[in-house]
Amino acid sequence: MGQQDQDTFIIVGAGHGAGQAVSSLRSGGFDGRLILIGDEPYIPYQRPPLSKKFLAGEMEVERLYFKPEKFYQDRNVELMLNTSVTKIDRDAKTVTTDKGETLAYDKLLLMTGTRVRKLQVPGADLQGIHYLRSIEDVNQMRDAFQPGAKLAVIGGGYIGMEVAAVAKKLGLDVTVVEALDRIMSRGIGEEVSNFFQDMHREEGVTILTGKGVEAFEGDGKVQHVVCSGGSKVDADIVVVGIGVLPNQELAEEAGLKCDNGIVVDEYCQTDDPDIYAGGDCTLHPNPLLGRTLRLESVHNAVEQGKTAAAAMLGTPKAYAQVPWFWSDQYDVKLQIAGMPDGYDDHVVRGDPSTRKFAVFYLKDNKIICVFAISAMAEYMQGRKLIEKAVDVIPDRLADTSINMKEIVQES
Amino acid sequence: MPKITYIEFDGTEHTVEADTGLTLMEAAVKNLVPGIDADCGGACACATCHVYIDKDWVEKTGSADEMELSMLDFADDVKDTSRLSCQIKITDGFDGLIVKMPESQS
Repeated sequence: MGQQDQDTFIIVGAGHGAGQAVSSLRSGGFDGRLILIGDEPYIPYQRPPLSKKFLAGEMEVERLYFKPEKFYQDRNVELMLNTSVTKIDRDAKTVTTDKGETLAYDKLLLMTGTRVRKLQVPGADLQGIHYLRSIEDVNQMRDAFQPGAKLAVIGGGYIGMEVAAVAKKLGLDVTVVEALDRIMSRGIGEEVSNFFQDMHREEGVTILTGKGVEAFEGDGKVQHVVCSGGSKVDADIVVVGIGVLPNQELAEEAGLKCDNGIVVDEYCQTDDPDIYAGGDCTLHPNPLLGRTLRLESVHNAVEQGKTAAAAMLGTPKAYAQVPWFWSDQYDVKLQIAGMPDGYDDHVVRGDPSTRKFAVFYLKDNKIICVFAISAMAEYMQGRKLIEKAVDVIPDRLADTSINMKEIVQES
Repeated sequence: MPKITYIEFDGTEHTVEADTGLTLMEAAVKNLVPGIDADCGGACACATCHVYIDKDWVEKTGSADEMELSMLDFADDVKDTSRLSCQIKITDGFDGLIVKMPESQS
């Protein structure tokens, strides 16, 4: 038995990435004490379906689990659910929980994720106003998703528009209130965000843009959203999706470097060599993008779970991933690979009116990002071409008579 | 419950009693069969649940739709028998099914 077999590793946060870290640590040979602490009552589960199939009632809780409970038992993982960590003592190398327990660690992994940003306006605490981040959040709102009910979605980002699509399909009367001049605008080009705006309107969703929320009104329970300019939207139920904030306070209070997330290096190590961090809560370098960033993505959480585990095992492997994301709305699947940072050209391939097209973002004739709308070939090939960083000819990329496989001509 | 055998690329076999109604990917995850990651959780978005299913089973498993075919077209180690296991729903007729995994998922 090596030194590591006596060690204790503690993972704080029990999301999808933490589940991956458990898997990677045990399959990588870690035989010591492994403790997983999470503040929700659930073992690690997938969040992406929450605003899609789970909200629609098409998926039971067990199907959300990253791995079944037996997985943790078989791997001798001490699960501490419904438990928050309130303090890290870096000198003593201990964490303290809200149950008053103090636990010693040899290495600590912070996968604390994010929390929703809350609207701070009058009436924000009325009944019927919801946020969507967890299983509990969805359980609390689902009963109100009845045909004919009036739903106001505040914020036209991914969460908001996925909720709008599910609600419309269930027969609700849906209004989206977006502060900017178009929905899904953060990091998304105009063609794509206009497409989604048009599609939602065709499906019967009312979209109000350039409207902030000034207040919620109602008698105990929400009845109206008061928008900037004074206009009102009737609502039986409100779902707010205006972004998330990284849970970095625990790290910050322990004196770890934070800057829109817990700052880590390419091995997911913080500025304390015994403390690692991964997932949505990290600000991390990505050599493929040539910059540091914080990502809200299950892919990143899984990959950083692997990266942190490898480093904790003493077999570090630097993180270098092309980010990818997806969103399901109605019968349309949006898949994104890469980031459109500093593009100098963009190419639309296909006709948006067919609900199947792609937009490629190029820099120096290389694809750096693809947004594919129900266009799997464009997505899959785009992702490969981003990784390979090969030159493409924009006109060929735009020509749908050329198969995606032949976009790059073999020389 | 139908018995399904998953065979890893190195030949390791895992026979599980699968719940009908789940997908082939979900039954693998639930029964701790390694090699089927399904990073996207079954949204047909990542191609990490790629498997091979013998042509004789097509009648029971159905065929890939256009989206799945396009994904497979660009996956690694693709064969005529390739499918994405997240897109196949298990029925009682699957008893005895053998599912093989590609090298890229070993």
